[in-house]
Amino acid sequence: MDLSEHLFRHESGRLVASLTRIFGVHNLALAEDVVQDAFCRALEVWKVRGVPDNPSAWLMAVAKHRALDVIRRAETARNFAPELARVLASEWTLAPAVDEAFSSPVMRDEQLKMMFSCCHPQLPEETQIALVLNILCGFGAGEIGRAFLTSRAAVEKRISRGKKVLATGQRLFDLTDAEFAARLSAVRRALYLLFNEGYHSASGKTAIRSDLCGEALRLTLLLLEAPPAAAPETWALAALMCLLAARLPARIDIAGDLHPLLEQDRSQWDRRLVDDGLAFLDRSATGPAVSAYHLEAAIAAAHATAGSVDTTNWNAIVLLYDRLMAIAPSPVVALNRAIAIGQRDGPESGLEAARSIADSDRLHDYPFYPAALGELELRRGRVETARDLFASAAALARNSVERRFLERRASECV
Amino acid sequence: MSQFLYLYRMTAAARQEAMGTPERAQQSMQRWMAWMGELDAKGHLKDRGQPLERTGKVVRGHKAVTDGPYTEAKDLVGGFTLVEARDIDQAVELSHGCPILDGGGSVEVRPVMKMDF
Repeated sequence: MDLSEHLFRHESGRLVASLTRIFGVHNLALAEDVVQDAFCRALEVWKVRGVPDNPSAWLMAVAKHRALDVIRRAETARNFAPELARVLASEWTLAPAVDEAFSSPVMRDEQLKMMFSCCHPQLPEETQIALVLNILCGFGAGEIGRAFLTSRAAVEKRISRGKKVLATGQRLFDLTDAEFAARLSAVRRALYLLFNEGYHSASGKTAIRSDLCGEALRLTLLLLEAPPAAAPETWALAALMCLLAARLPARIDIAGDLHPLLEQDRSQWDRRLVDDGLAFLDRSATGPAVSAYHLEAAIAAAHATAGSVDTTNWNAIVLLYDRLMAIAPSPVVALNRAIAIGQRDGPESGLEAARSIADSDRLHDYPFYPAALGELELRRGRVETARDLFASAAALARNSVERRFLERRASECV
Repeated sequence: MSQFLYLYRMTAAARQEAMGTPERAQQSMQRWMAWMGELDAKGHLKDRGQPLERTGKVVRGHKAVTDGPYTEAKDLVGGFTLVEARDIDQAVELSHGCPILDGGGSVEVRPVMKMDF
């Protein structure tokens, strides 16, 4: 039996969520200890005896067993989940209650409740993301720090502050709460940011990037399994993630070199993810509202379905960016719109659009602003201007992958 | 071919450290699978052996029974495996790939006494 990829990470989130149902969110650390225990035991047994046929079931059985042990040894069940206190206090109802917490629909809902709790409005977004990665995706503080180029200590502080806020809530977020829609929107936002971090990440390591994108997509798909969370915007977000993730293999090559969309080898795009993305986008087309996720996904779909840069429907893409600017304006969106205009109407028009970005001062340390101007200048034959622009872009690079790419572009300007 | 017993020794702290995060557990597990798989493929694996609980009892004279683990021992035996090798040198060499060594643990290699004389 082989180990499936990231087995322990994924099991960690599922098991912690179910154990939290039993122990109560104020005992999150206890839930995490029980999971850690189960993993230690798995390691000891499996390394000698081999991986069992159903490793997930094996881990779950050990976690359940440990949970029962902890409860039986406790003086009183009152200190666990208050709503289960009576059930846990009687030997007759204890085991069925523990079984129920680990049944698959409950396990899924507990993960959702945990996800919703992590995206508490009192917590800054970076803390929400760190909590999601730590509790639901089994990332350690050091691993999160490496992905976000932050120190382990800083991430630890963030996580422990976040867990304190979780614990004061007494119980996890109730999926029937009146605040559901607002919280769902915060969850989507956190998952979107998590995905973006992986996609554009400051970290140069390809494995870390695709891990973060993969986790964001996995949790978004989990949202889609639960009817109330499977809103049109959630489908659109899933579509966007699939369509962008499809390009990851062509975006960073084996040598770790960055290839921007316009020069990617499209045969390396993951067709399965493109198909999934297009199917999700179809399903998102219900309900009255068109969200930013819908528009971004539609733009990604326009690229994903075009065989080449030349056959891309740039007019449709410009129009989608116009609509995106209307509902979620940002200088980065405006810059991407300018690039699309440059493709549709020629470099002069693109430059004009790029230079007239309203709050372009917010792009002053964004390397892809001068880089985009450089591409447009190069296309209209101003080689030296382009080279200078790429050089200033390289000076702004946030990691070695970006720097290598921008220096290469500068050196190609001859 | 002779038989040798590998005794896997590790402190509780090192064991916790080898677990670390779920991803570290995954990597550790994969290295163990690779190492065991190689022993097996090359025909050295006589018996995969068993993992051992870290608690137990110690029985001494006059029926004095105390609880283990043996607190005086820094590292506990966490399991064992029986391998076949040409000689102790080869048995030692084969153990070099054991992932427990990366995590600060050790492998004790003990020849099984030959009974054919």
